[in-house]
Amino acid sequence: MTAELAVNIAWEPKIIAFCCQYCAYSAADMAGSMRLQYPTDVEIVLIPCTGRFDVILALRAMEKGADGVYVAGCLEGNCHFLDGNIRARKRVNFLKGELKNIGFEPERIEMFNLSASQGPRFAEIARDFTNRITELGPSPAKKVRNF
Amino acid sequence: MIIAERKPMEEIKGFVADKKKVCVIGCRGCVTVCNAGGTKEVEVLASLLRLDSSKNDSPLQVDEFTLERQCDPEYIDEVSHLMDKRYDAILSMACSIGPQFLSRRYPAERVYPVLNTCFLGGALAHGIWAEHCQACGNCIIHKFGGLCPISRCSKSLLNGPCGGSSGGKCEVSKEIDCVWQLIVEKILQEGKMDDFMKIDLVKDWRSSRDGGPRKIVRQELLK
Repeated sequence: MTAELAVNIAWEPKIIAFCCQYCAYSAADMAGSMRLQYPTDVEIVLIPCTGRFDVILALRAMEKGADGVYVAGCLEGNCHFLDGNIRARKRVNFLKGELKNIGFEPERIEMFNLSASQGPRFAEIARDFTNRITELGPSPAKKVRNF
Repeated sequence: MIIAERKPMEEIKGFVADKKKVCVIGCRGCVTVCNAGGTKEVEVLASLLRLDSSKNDSPLQVDEFTLERQCDPEYIDEVSHLMDKRYDAILSMACSIGPQFLSRRYPAERVYPVLNTCFLGGALAHGIWAEHCQACGNCIIHKFGGLCPISRCSKSLLNGPCGGSSGGKCEVSKEIDCVWQLIVEKILQEGKMDDFMKIDLVKDWRSSRDGGPRKIVRQELLK
């Protein structure tokens, strides 16, 4: 078995989820309370509102080895700070363009909206995004480091 | 303020294509206010360049620094310690004045402009900037209801509107307000049309670019 193949078999995506404390983070709590299964590849970062999300946070995560990043905020119209989630979506869309410019798949960054009561939806998002990143494979930035 | 925007990523990637070590230098002046070349934009560009190069066998080293201003020699001096690090390229995220000052102060360095300097303008809303001045050096907006026909009329007419004005918009683009429509409306509102109709002398354009590159010397400020 070649070293490359060994790494490919062992590879699991590393995903960073920036979660708003008013919705997605509470939904993650609920998913836990409900004993819902979702991939352990997702690491949650608590933010006070997705309006706090900045492009540089996602870029730093990707520089440090994240294969995918998503931002999870309140349902549109329900932001505790009125339009933090709308602003976050614009930043995510901006970053998709920037990633494309440097030859990364724009699908490695995504914005999701859910409410605090949607524990099952949180688990579903975590599963779907993990599947997406697994299909995309390791981050292009990571290939050099791994092999 | 000076409004600038970042060059397309492809062009910037071309600047660093054969480089191993570069430094991105930002400016806390106008380009910070117009979100083109401040600390945040420096961080983002540096990160993007690092990520881009990390796909290759030899990742690019990208350092970051942001100056108070790149259009004053005393601040340009502040990066002298960086110039000992033998960068293959300095990427200036200031208006075009910044890279010129850096090049002059550090002639051995290869300095590249990362921003396109666009115009003198103001923010209409967060994220929207519009041209409001062409630095003609002889301001006459008080004669035009506080509106600048030089910068805001596509033809810089001093006796508009022209036949291209339609429904308050310029024929160049429906996105552009006809400033002459605005001027006439303002003058009518102020009831000063009689004054406005008086014939003025021809504008002296020597203070604009027609007199060559400009310079101001204020003796009382000289050391």
